Amino acid sequence: MAENVVCPCFSVGVRVRVRKAYPLGHIRTPYYIRGASGVIERLCGAFGNPEELAQQRSGEPKQPLYRVRFRQQDVWPGYRGGDGDTLDVEIFQHWLE
Amino acid sequence: MKDSGSYQPYSYFQLMEVSLRELLVEKGVVTEAEVAAAVEDMRRRTPERGAGVVARAWLDRDFKAKLLENGTEACEQVGLDVPALKLVVVENTPGVHNVIVCTLCSCYPRMLLGIPPDWYKSHAYRSRVVREPRTVLAEFGLSLDEATTVRVHDSTADMRYLVLPMRPAGTEGWSEERLAALVTRDCMIGVAVPRLP
Repeated sequence: MAENVVCPCFSVGVRVRVRKAYPLGHIRTPYYIRGASGVIERLCGAFGNPEELAQQRSGEPKQPLYRVRFRQQDVWPGYRGGDGDTLDVEIFQHWLE
Repeated sequence: MKDSGSYQPYSYFQLMEVSLRELLVEKGVVTEAEVAAAVEDMRRRTPERGAGVVARAWLDRDFKAKLLENGTEACEQVGLDVPALKLVVVENTPGVHNVIVCTLCSCYPRMLLGIPPDWYKSHAYRSRVVREPRTVLAEFGLSLDEATTVRVHDSTADMRYLVLPMRPAGTEGWSEERLAALVTRDCMIGVAVPRLP
């Protein structure tokens, strides 16, 4: 039986923005990264949607999960450190645009 | 719990654990023996497991390539069962230093490192290392020059992370066991680097 999975729509190297939304519930997208833009570092696979799983539902369709690489300078105003410093965060596809 | 010989009332969480465990046993959901076995299993996981993986990667080029490409499969190859653990191994190089955090809770590669240290779960570490990693690393005694790129990895979902540190100079010809002894838990979280004794 085919797995119930949402197709990944971002490829490695593509620039994405994290949705700036504040819904209630069990959200695995940290506050500090919402609204920030970065680049897809890799596709990690597809996993049950934690927001659904936390409600005792199936978590399906599974959501593609990416590692998104952000420049620290873009995330924190006045960041002290090298220009190349980065922050990699796992973000589910439905949080990216 | 440590038996200090003097009476201490249960803390809030100890009391919660005892109450929940006794209830689960009473309802027949688990047995005391199963709980004890699970606790023993957790105790057996120590950072020595991770250190063995690192030492092997230093000695075996193919294993290292596999480890960086698919950490979970590489560990399974060497007989380390890592169920439900999607392992991402990030490599330190002369120009790049990696450090791991879970800002949302305390996700940690327990199968390879055991139980996380208290500081890893503290609000201070979790909130500060993402925004001022160089200052936090300096407080751990690790000062990095400006030319070194610092990569912070926030373990927010299903992946677990392990830092592959650089093999220290002066360890040519060392055995896997001797190399593994240099690799501390903190080196694999990325707040330290292996040093010769």
